[in-house]
Amino acid sequence: MKISLTLNGEKRSLELEPYRSLLDALRNEAGLTGTKKGCDVGDCGACTVLVDGKPLNSCLMLGVEAEGRDIVTIEGIQPAPDRLHPLQEKFMQLGGAQCGFCTPGMIVMAKALLDENPDPTEDEIRFGIAGNICRCTGYTKIVEAIQAAAKEMKK
Amino acid sequence: MRRFEYFEPASLPEAVALLARYQGRAQPLAGGTDLLVELKEQLRRADCVVNIKKIPGIGELSFDARKGLRIGALVTAREIEVSPIAIKHYPSLVQAARELGSIQVRNRATIIGNVCRASPSADTLPPLIADGAKVSIHGARGMRSVLLEDFFSGPGKTVLKPDELVTEIVVPAPPLRTGKIYIKHGRRKAMELATVGVAVTLTLEDEIRIVLGAVAPTPIRAKKAEALLRGRKIDAALIEQAARAALEDCRPISNVRASADYRREMVGVLTRRALKQALDAIR
Repeated sequence: MKISLTLNGEKRSLELEPYRSLLDALRNEAGLTGTKKGCDVGDCGACTVLVDGKPLNSCLMLGVEAEGRDIVTIEGIQPAPDRLHPLQEKFMQLGGAQCGFCTPGMIVMAKALLDENPDPTEDEIRFGIAGNICRCTGYTKIVEAIQAAAKEMKK
Repeated sequence: MRRFEYFEPASLPEAVALLARYQGRAQPLAGGTDLLVELKEQLRRADCVVNIKKIPGIGELSFDARKGLRIGALVTAREIEVSPIAIKHYPSLVQAARELGSIQVRNRATIIGNVCRASPSADTLPPLIADGAKVSIHGARGMRSVLLEDFFSGPGKTVLKPDELVTEIVVPAPPLRTGKIYIKHGRRKAMELATVGVAVTLTLEDEIRIVLGAVAPTPIRAKKAEALLRGRKIDAALIEQAARAALEDCRPISNVRASADYRREMVGVLTRRALKQALDAIR
């Protein structure tokens, strides 16, 4: 099946089998490997993308369901090719990424969280990223990075 | 995922006709958070996937003070979680929705999908049953309506025929002086399956429903406990008796998440706690 979608602000069309997940379609057909494949069953959050502004697990959506949708992946988070998003900057500065595998999903989820709630409490952040598993950091550095980015973005 | 045929029917009759044509080898797709996992892990087979998201009129969430809450087949757990009207009148359902998976999952998972999957530990089932919810079923032979309590026939099994779709759940409006609580018991705070779930919907000195999740092949009413409390003025001694009665109502199994004995014990603890909290919610 041929589908058309908006991918990181760009009109794209992809030729997909119906039994291909959006995650596989993004990584293979669309060539965007920033979105990671961890568990592939919706438990780890590494494949989080925004569909019409809402965060979801791209492993649990069929690629063909993306027809007509607006999709943002980690590659679309940067405001410009030579500039980083405050979340990306703070994750780097404050040790929010170690091995980095969860980071794309974590940052996309954090962006969704801050879009909805620009000034979240620590509890709200932890509730928001409950579906993003990190094996390295123990989450504290991630929470701190999201808090710092929130502050930065309000300036 | 294994190869399957894929359809996006534009109407209910078209969807039902597809399901009828494939007789049990077709799977409806709404949120996909259970279906795609089961297809990938080969726990379920589908020669055909019928995406019902293009069908008009089944995505609505609406409230009427007389008729109650209508939850269409495409309404997600997240929509319930953040709905002001649900938060006001259906707090136990909202609590259950909040505890289902992650935000990413809840943005896709539908309430009716959670119902049709019929997992004994599904979070939204105890509060929906406690609230007296009914499901509307659309099939080739027309519509029928079934009390949610009578919808389940075993783990993963319902009275739904292969060529039928649940299009809507209707949850009656709560009478005045009603308290509703859902308590989920698990080993961690998030991304958890319930070890025991207890829902209480209590109208002061009137009707009461206590529903237990994850302690029987389907969610069950704690009927002995309810009988002790129905229509009566509830005090601490009566709550104690009812909590003990609830233990006798459940039939838990031992599995990787907890032993049967532990589950039975927790049914008593959580029933007591839920009853107290439901009373507090009214006052």
